[in-house]
Amino acid sequence: MADINEIIKEENLVYSKSKILTDNIMSYCPGCTHGVVHKLVAEVIEEMNIQEKTIGVCPVGCSVLAYKFLNIDIQQASHGRAPAVATAVARLKPDKYVFTYQGDGDLASIGTGEIIHACNRGENIVVIFINNGIYGMTGGQMAPTSLIGMPTSTSPYGRDAKLAGNPLKITELIAQLPGTTFVTRQAAHTPAAVRKCKKAILKAFENVGNKKGTSFIEVVSTCSSGWKLSPVKSNEWMVEHMLPFYQLGDLKDE
Amino acid sequence: MAKVKGAIKVDVEKCKGCSLCVVVCPSKVIALAKEVNGKGYNYAYMANPEECTGCTNCAMVCPDSVIDVYRVKAQVGA
Amino acid sequence: MADYRLMKGNEVIAEAAIRYGCDGYFGYPITPQSEIMETLMVRKPWEETGMVVLQAESEIAAINMVYGGAACGKKVMTSSSSPGISLKQEGISYIAGAELPCVIVNVVRGGPGLGTIQPGQSDYFQAVKGGGHGDYRLIVIAPASVQEMNDFVGLGFDLAFKYRNPVMILSDGVIGQMMEKVQLGEFKPRWTDEEIIKMNGSWATTGKTSDRERNIITSLELDSSRQEKFNHKLIEKYKTISEKEVRFEKIACDDAEYLFIAYGSSSRICQKAIEIAREKGIKVGLLRPITLFPFPTKQIQAMLKQVKGILTVEMSAGQMIEDVRLAVEGKVPVEHFGRLGGMIPSPNEAVQALEDQIIKGK
Repeated sequence: MADINEIIKEENLVYSKSKILTDNIMSYCPGCTHGVVHKLVAEVIEEMNIQEKTIGVCPVGCSVLAYKFLNIDIQQASHGRAPAVATAVARLKPDKYVFTYQGDGDLASIGTGEIIHACNRGENIVVIFINNGIYGMTGGQMAPTSLIGMPTSTSPYGRDAKLAGNPLKITELIAQLPGTTFVTRQAAHTPAAVRKCKKAILKAFENVGNKKGTSFIEVVSTCSSGWKLSPVKSNEWMVEHMLPFYQLGDLKDE
Repeated sequence: MAKVKGAIKVDVEKCKGCSLCVVVCPSKVIALAKEVNGKGYNYAYMANPEECTGCTNCAMVCPDSVIDVYRVKAQVGA
Repeated sequence: MADYRLMKGNEVIAEAAIRYGCDGYFGYPITPQSEIMETLMVRKPWEETGMVVLQAESEIAAINMVYGGAACGKKVMTSSSSPGISLKQEGISYIAGAELPCVIVNVVRGGPGLGTIQPGQSDYFQAVKGGGHGDYRLIVIAPASVQEMNDFVGLGFDLAFKYRNPVMILSDGVIGQMMEKVQLGEFKPRWTDEEIIKMNGSWATTGKTSDRERNIITSLELDSSRQEKFNHKLIEKYKTISEKEVRFEKIACDDAEYLFIAYGSSSRICQKAIEIAREKGIKVGLLRPITLFPFPTKQIQAMLKQVKGILTVEMSAGQMIEDVRLAVEGKVPVEHFGRLGGMIPSPNEAVQALEDQIIKGK
């Protein structure tokens, strides 16, 4: 057999970290989907060669620290308001690729108004929406997308629809808005899912280049710390519980 | 007949030992080390290097982008 | 040739923004300042200068749009009135924390709550003492005429970019709604992208080029020692502003034995009150703070050699008076006269208050 050292040579490299990612160790917990999606965003920016043209907007939540990991100009935004911030950036700098990167508490709870209106205006931006059904950064509280029966620190006996309403399928709402051009729900738990998710992100960024309006990508994600499961078990739980409710696929592609 | 051979290089200090690479490897190449890195994580390593085909599955699902994948086409019998 | 017009204060804010090369206005309707956005929408500056004008879905969205635009190094602004400014406070704190330049116009109405749509000056504390969370200051400038509504837009942007700090134009419903003669400014072209990179490229998110590190706009710092260092940097900035940017006006102060201190529309009322008082033989003058932060503390202290008492006139329950008293340090009596709830004090009432509270009270 070939010696490993014979294989590990620059000319044989087929996959490595994107140059758009910094060398900082990500602050996310082991197995966190944020890391995968950060990587995919970075790879798309690198492959499209748009580092100079990309401006990211990352609001409060675990990914508020995205600016430490993505080597592009980034604005940190207040909780829920990234779509408003990105609106101004996209309008004042129409030659740029502007994206927001938001969690479910941010996008589907406190920032519901901002996301609906930015999408309804058809702002020429990419929205990346990480849905893990929980507030990660603040310690695992119930999110608008928490499933019925899902235990969280503020629904310790499981989410009860009578008490807390039903999980919000905001992506379905967004798909109805004429301003959106591409609305899809993806995941990133298997190599196949990662490939598809990357394709969707690529298409979304290309849509911005083609001035097609808002492209919206939900990534059904895990939060092993919040769910109190190992990363591997979290993926299994996601497949078993999240994906039947948040079904993967394109909701709109115009 | 060409056989594809692969290998991975793990950035040990940045690995958080999440195991996601372990379960997606179709050839069961990767395991977590008994030793820990500076952060106290049991990091991923090639426990079964002969089986690696360089398919990149592990790197693709790695949330921390700590896996580099290499691949060569080795001639059988050469 | 000078361009004179008869215009409403609110309309002038819009016109001045266009002429000063403003890049973006983001607003939400609220009385008594809606004419600002209405004027912009009629003027369609996007056809003329490329200025972006957008009616946001809320005041909260509008101030966050300002955050995004300012973070790109652009000249951006918003306007609102009291309840709307309350909604913007989180965004304003973020803007101050991220050290972004912008202009925020508050055409104040009486409060609290929904209050009244009539003029007020009851947002002094909010504008000058904070409003949002955390240790920060706005530069606050208070126009007293339609002309100053025009002039302070440019001044506001100049100060905002000089110090990378949000600037509030603290107007009120009187100045916003009244019509006066105004000399409009010359047209200044908007900054080009190249000019913005030259001036603001060290910090603004203009797109990361290979010749520089990425620019990050944030108010987050999880390392307490670094956050404290940053707080000290802000304090130093506010100190510099306090030393260099105090603006005020003195009227009839040379022989004054008594002093009105008032800003905005109240200062205009005091000018008439001075005439009435002087006819009665009361030698009273007016010190009008133009900047409320920084406050003309030293200029007030310099008057203490000659005046026997000070009356502040505000359309509030007495807010600026606290800064006057801090300046005076008990050396002469300082009293407050105000009307509330959208009521406007008359010059005669101000004179009466001076006689009752300061002259007879002594």
